[in-house]
Amino acid sequence: MIRFDRVFKRYPNGREALSDLTLEIAAGEMVFLTGHSGAGKSSLLKLVALIERPTRGQLIVNGQNVAGVRRSKVPAFRRRIGMVFQDHKLLSDRTVFDNVALPLIIAGVGTKEIGKRVRAALDQVGLLGYEQNLPLELSTGEQQRVGIARAVVSKPDILIADEPTGNLDPDLSLEVMGIFRRFNEVGVTVLVASHDLYLIEQFPVRRVRLEAGRIAPEPQSGRGLDPGQLIDLEEAPSP
Amino acid sequence: MSAWIVRHLQTLVGSLGRLSEHALATLLTTLVIGIALALPACLYVLVANAQVATGTWQRAVDLTVYLERSATADAARSLAERVRARRDVAAVELITKEEALKEFRSDSGFGASLDALADNPLPHTLVVRPGADYASAEHLEGLAADLRALEGVEVVQLDTLWVSRLEAILETVRRGALIAAALLAIGVLVIVGNTIRLDIQNRRQEIEVTKLVGGSDGFVRRPFLYSGVWYGLGGGLVAWLVTTGVVAALAGPVSRLAGLYESAFRIQGLRFDTGLALLGAGIALGWLGSFIAATRHLRDIEP
Repeated sequence: MIRFDRVFKRYPNGREALSDLTLEIAAGEMVFLTGHSGAGKSSLLKLVALIERPTRGQLIVNGQNVAGVRRSKVPAFRRRIGMVFQDHKLLSDRTVFDNVALPLIIAGVGTKEIGKRVRAALDQVGLLGYEQNLPLELSTGEQQRVGIARAVVSKPDILIADEPTGNLDPDLSLEVMGIFRRFNEVGVTVLVASHDLYLIEQFPVRRVRLEAGRIAPEPQSGRGLDPGQLIDLEEAPSP
Repeated sequence: MSAWIVRHLQTLVGSLGRLSEHALATLLTTLVIGIALALPACLYVLVANAQVATGTWQRAVDLTVYLERSATADAARSLAERVRARRDVAAVELITKEEALKEFRSDSGFGASLDALADNPLPHTLVVRPGADYASAEHLEGLAADLRALEGVEVVQLDTLWVSRLEAILETVRRGALIAAALLAIGVLVIVGNTIRLDIQNRRQEIEVTKLVGGSDGFVRRPFLYSGVWYGLGGGLVAWLVTTGVVAALAGPVSRLAGLYESAFRIQGLRFDTGLALLGAGIALGWLGSFIAATRHLRDIEP
């Protein structure tokens, strides 16, 4: 589904965000991407969404080599990927309904079908009945859930999220992660970047830890981290 | 397909709604475009009216044919018949020497001195009115030459110089109107393009988000193109109104002026189809200006 093969990403300013990264994520898998800020989590997600392109190496998403996707084909490529952002990127001058409907409008879906699917997506994130509200009338957690509804409304194969719980308190974070988990259970490949290790601990899914643009050795998934290791991971200065 | 049409209509109405949210700015932009379009439109009306007016005047360019003094009244009458038979002649009026003398006596105030003359010093005269289709300066010269060659004709009087001059002036104005129209069209493109550029900057976040969720360049550009169309349509309507207003303001003085020339000429405003063409030109310019600006600046905005 997603395969990084010796991928490098160097930005014009010379910073190397990813170096020699090899990673395979199977269809229907859910993966937590962890690591310090600047470890390359966001860069990795940007490559998957074709917001950035690899400097070197091969990246295959949805069976497509991203190097072969021309600029004019990027929009069609992105429609198969749902994206959730830390700052949710909702349009503040449009209703919740219009925000969630945007990907469907772009895809040219009929008006009746849009209504049905928007309500279904809002139902899945528990926001049915908020269609006519403006995003700013909702709480931060609710806004994030609107962002998730928008990401899944066009039934993408892949759902990626960059620090989706960054601005949420622990209870809301747990709820939002639960929503991602439910989408994964119905077959969506989910890739979530987060540095919230306590939160990640609640879900028995694969973890990939990035360190300075490479994959760091990870303790075996499914087993709880001991508190000492957590502190070490969170607080230790990067080498 | 129907979803596509519905989407376009929504965008069309949506962009109008967005423009109405900033009513004052939209109004000012539309006014500027309208005035820029009104100037060539007014020049067009001026030229069109001048053409109509000179058309009437050119028919008034009569040739005066003085016959030899020895010619008899019968000879004059038969000559008048021959001239009247020509295709390029609309009418011939024969003024006999007796009639001419009578008129001269009453109009000139020299009646007493004329009485002193033994015989009538005036010749028979033909006033030849050329056909409307043959009123060009060139043709009039040809006609005059033909008349001059007729037997018994002494002098043919024709003043075509002013006709040529007027035609040259009109041609100059017409050319000026075209140049003004071209320059102002570029001006409209720049105005619309700049307005759209600012609009794109203000909606940067929205454009980024739309591109993030898979909106193509064409999709993102569409509302801006419709904005351009609305600006152009609004500008065209303003231009039509301004032109109509200008014509209304000029109607009085022009008809007084025409009256002094004993003409029933009345100034004509934009014809309906010309008005529609003006709206069409506005729409086309608005669309083109926004297309150029949107294509250029939307490329720069990437998430």
